Amino acid sequence: MKYLQTMNKLINIKIDGKSIQAEEGKNLVDVAKENGVYIPTLCYFREINPTLGTCRICTVKLNGKHTTSCTAKVSEGMDIEVNTPELLDNRKAIIEMLYAEGNHFCPSCEKSGNCDMQNLGYDMGLTVTRYPHVFTDKMVDFTPKRMIMESNRCILCKRCVEEVKTKDGKDVFSFVQRGVKTRVQIDYAEEEKLSESEALRAMALCPVGAILVKGMIHEQPFGDRKYDLLGNDILPIVKDKKVLKGEQEKFIVATTSLAGCFGCHMSLLDIDTDLLDILDIVEFNKSPLTDIKNFSKRCHVGLIEGGCANAENVHVLREFRKKCDILIGFGECAIMGGIPAMRNFVPLKECLEESYLNGITSEVGADIIPGHEDIPKLLNNVYPCNEIVKIDYYIPGCPPNAEHIWKVVKNILLDEEFSIAHNEFKYD
Amino acid sequence: MEANQQIDRSKLMSVLWKIQAKKSCIEHDDITKIANEFGLSRMEVEGVVTFYHFYHRTHAGKYTIYLNDSIISRHAGYDAVKKAFEQELGITMGNVSKDGMFGLFHTACIGLSDFEPACLINFKPFINLTPKKVKQIISDIKNGKKPKNICDYPLSKIQYTPEKEKTVFLKPYDTFSSLKFIENNSPEDLIELVKKSKLAGRGGAFFPTGLKWQFCRQNKSDVKYIVCNADEGEPGTFKDRALLQEHPETLIEGMILAAYAVGASIGAIYLRAEYRYLVSDLEKVLQTYRDNNSLGKDINGIIGFDFDIYIHLGAGAYVCGEETALLHSMEGKRGEPGTKEFFPVEKGFKNKPTIVNNVETLCAVPRILEMGVDTWLSLGTEESPGTKLLSVSGDCGKKGIYEIEWGMNFREFLELIEAKDPYMIQFSGPSGDCLSEIDFDRDICKEDLSCGGSVMVFNKSRDLLYILKNFSDFFVEESCGICVPCRTGNFLLNKKIEKLILGHADKKDAEDIKSWSHIIKTTSRCGLGQMSSNSLNDAMVKFPEVFEKSLLENTDFNAAFSLEDAVKEYDQIINEISSDYE
Repeated sequence: MKYLQTMNKLINIKIDGKSIQAEEGKNLVDVAKENGVYIPTLCYFREINPTLGTCRICTVKLNGKHTTSCTAKVSEGMDIEVNTPELLDNRKAIIEMLYAEGNHFCPSCEKSGNCDMQNLGYDMGLTVTRYPHVFTDKMVDFTPKRMIMESNRCILCKRCVEEVKTKDGKDVFSFVQRGVKTRVQIDYAEEEKLSESEALRAMALCPVGAILVKGMIHEQPFGDRKYDLLGNDILPIVKDKKVLKGEQEKFIVATTSLAGCFGCHMSLLDIDTDLLDILDIVEFNKSPLTDIKNFSKRCHVGLIEGGCANAENVHVLREFRKKCDILIGFGECAIMGGIPAMRNFVPLKECLEESYLNGITSEVGADIIPGHEDIPKLLNNVYPCNEIVKIDYYIPGCPPNAEHIWKVVKNILLDEEFSIAHNEFKYD
Repeated sequence: MEANQQIDRSKLMSVLWKIQAKKSCIEHDDITKIANEFGLSRMEVEGVVTFYHFYHRTHAGKYTIYLNDSIISRHAGYDAVKKAFEQELGITMGNVSKDGMFGLFHTACIGLSDFEPACLINFKPFINLTPKKVKQIISDIKNGKKPKNICDYPLSKIQYTPEKEKTVFLKPYDTFSSLKFIENNSPEDLIELVKKSKLAGRGGAFFPTGLKWQFCRQNKSDVKYIVCNADEGEPGTFKDRALLQEHPETLIEGMILAAYAVGASIGAIYLRAEYRYLVSDLEKVLQTYRDNNSLGKDINGIIGFDFDIYIHLGAGAYVCGEETALLHSMEGKRGEPGTKEFFPVEKGFKNKPTIVNNVETLCAVPRILEMGVDTWLSLGTEESPGTKLLSVSGDCGKKGIYEIEWGMNFREFLELIEAKDPYMIQFSGPSGDCLSEIDFDRDICKEDLSCGGSVMVFNKSRDLLYILKNFSDFFVEESCGICVPCRTGNFLLNKKIEKLILGHADKKDAEDIKSWSHIIKTTSRCGLGQMSSNSLNDAMVKFPEVFEKSLLENTDFNAAFSLEDAVKEYDQIINEISSDYE
């Protein structure tokens, strides 16, 4: 119900030291916006009253106390801090945490370019999250008649829960479970009662790509989407380059492939003719590329492909740790164990029997599992490298892109601020 | 207009309880039926059911066993008891036996820390469990005995009260006596008196009670509510249980006085489900008040003062101790905390002005009237007058309930509880402070070392990281899930502690813990998230030696990985096979 509101009395507040006059009782996010101070929000949606206060991104300091600005109403004498380093980092941290808890693959998302969270990520210069991935088991629900609920992308802002109702006032979306398992579930019977336009509104209401309407995908062409222009405006921050350490001296790099498929090394070679430029500053020591079997000198950087599946892998990895200043794990196997780690779910004995005795490629009547002191012993599990030695940097990918690998290595060697240009990680 | 056709939603939880108790689960069809009756969507009811730990969507056994896995229980022999249950029942934790007779589940602290290990079977308490006792209990039940006939009645061990004239809570009480006050005094007089007494929230927040009552009185409304927060969920706390068992009459009179002060007509005791065995006794006491015309219409002959109290049973959610979450829970919703846009005294239960007070706070009011406000003020310290109930558990000689005068020296207190070799003391529960020797000279009072009621003592033989992991597990389990810093932040901190325990952590992990905790603390929606990392961070400051030992400082090699262990299995297989071959 709309009704005329008489103008409230004006009060004085301070935002980041700037004195501002505002209407008493007005929402802080709106007051700040009207006065040119941008407070990022995700769950905040003007029409929902009371405000949700679920995403916590608009956290500011109000009279010295942390609080969300979307739930704050201005009153006389308020002193508000918005853009302090601590608060800016808090906001970035929350966005990173949202990325870490869900599975957000922007390149394949229907809402890419229209997504509030993606936009905030670009806006804050997010290239990586400081948190490890949570990998909770989330589901994609195709059952509803008209909609798809993609829980992998849901940030539990509660907009849909509070705002989307049927004509008889029943909830269509509900929170179920609690803690890390909390998710939004569609009530199938109620969902059927929604009209086409109500369903579309639910999709638009979702600040991410969790609520989709079947058949309504990529409505706007690339370039016309809500945040398309904004993303292009943002340039990466690049620190001044440092000079090479010692004019004549080259950087020494070693590489190895442990329990991997050599795919990452193949990718390394994909750098093609640029490899010649690289050889100007880099010298390879122990590596399958040079076929040097043993370290002949100390190395600046060791690149590790693959995890550890047997005792020899462990030995080589430890050797690398001893001989290299910096270890970089590249490719999923080095980081998480990858494909070889799939055997961790099968008892070792069964693995061996399948390989040597019962497998379809085994000879009929095969009854030997090879065992000899020259054959490296298999470990009980396949371990990611960081569970054996300290790994300094990771380059994810299966395999990581060649240029990307070299960029990371170069950044590390030249001690440059790590930066990925916007177009480099914007895949869509 | 819709409300007339539908059942009041605040009855939802009691309806769910009835079904859960009758069928040991809440089935799909039950939810559909309830949703229709309450005019809700099916999924909304599903959301409520799945929020609470004690509601089950699948059959939880005719006899549902909840074994407490709090740290106190763990130290008291949880593992052996759990094993005994698993052996006797032939099922593992979290499962139901094939014949549907028994379900075995773990649960957070059940308020019996002075009698651990303890469990609830169909919400009847069984205390001081041993493998032998477990065997007996199960065979008794299998032989047809009812849990209610063989359960224990855990009467609190009151270990200490101050000298007679200084004791406030734990002494005989002359029933109905405080109600004479309202016959002769106005509500304003009562509020003034409570304000003068400096009584403050005993749950640990110390909000001035008189002020809260005054705000509520000032808010005009046709109906107001008094809610007693008896959701004592902070692990290691059981002082409210003692009050509910020993002196429920002071609680009821406290609520009547509060109702008189603010003009409320309905009262509710939000009782945690773990204390369900106290319901029948509480109902009896409530009945005596009704019989005495101290509850009901025109109480004590005061025309127009109508007030009655009902008991609302929780269903296993720690977060419901937070007052706005508690009110949501009473309204039949998921127990998610609100945004603090309004205080409950403005818009509380069903959007009406509501007082939410802790059991101990309410019990204090009739006691203050009894002893006189000046005597009360002469006790304790300047800012925290009176006495305080503490629940003591863990590695000490005398576990149980202590009523101490505020301001008692901590070292003196440790002697009192016969803590011989105190190493770490968790004060006010996992969300409170982690204390070490450097705190022993402090005083227990609001000005210095304030306390909500839980004191858990751990000696040197205990593994600090194991304790912290248990606390963290608790917060991960109990986070309501509405905001990301608490929902996922606590989960990630838990992984870090795991890393510390495994010896995989390095200095960076320690820095991460600090900075992530700060983020969780400053951005979480309610007290649960804001306080959840306290103990971990306190411990890192106060027991650096424990953490330094686990951090891989000057080595690049992970000490937790042993090549010998990792190839053991392979060696064994090869040995077996080659001997077979020969």
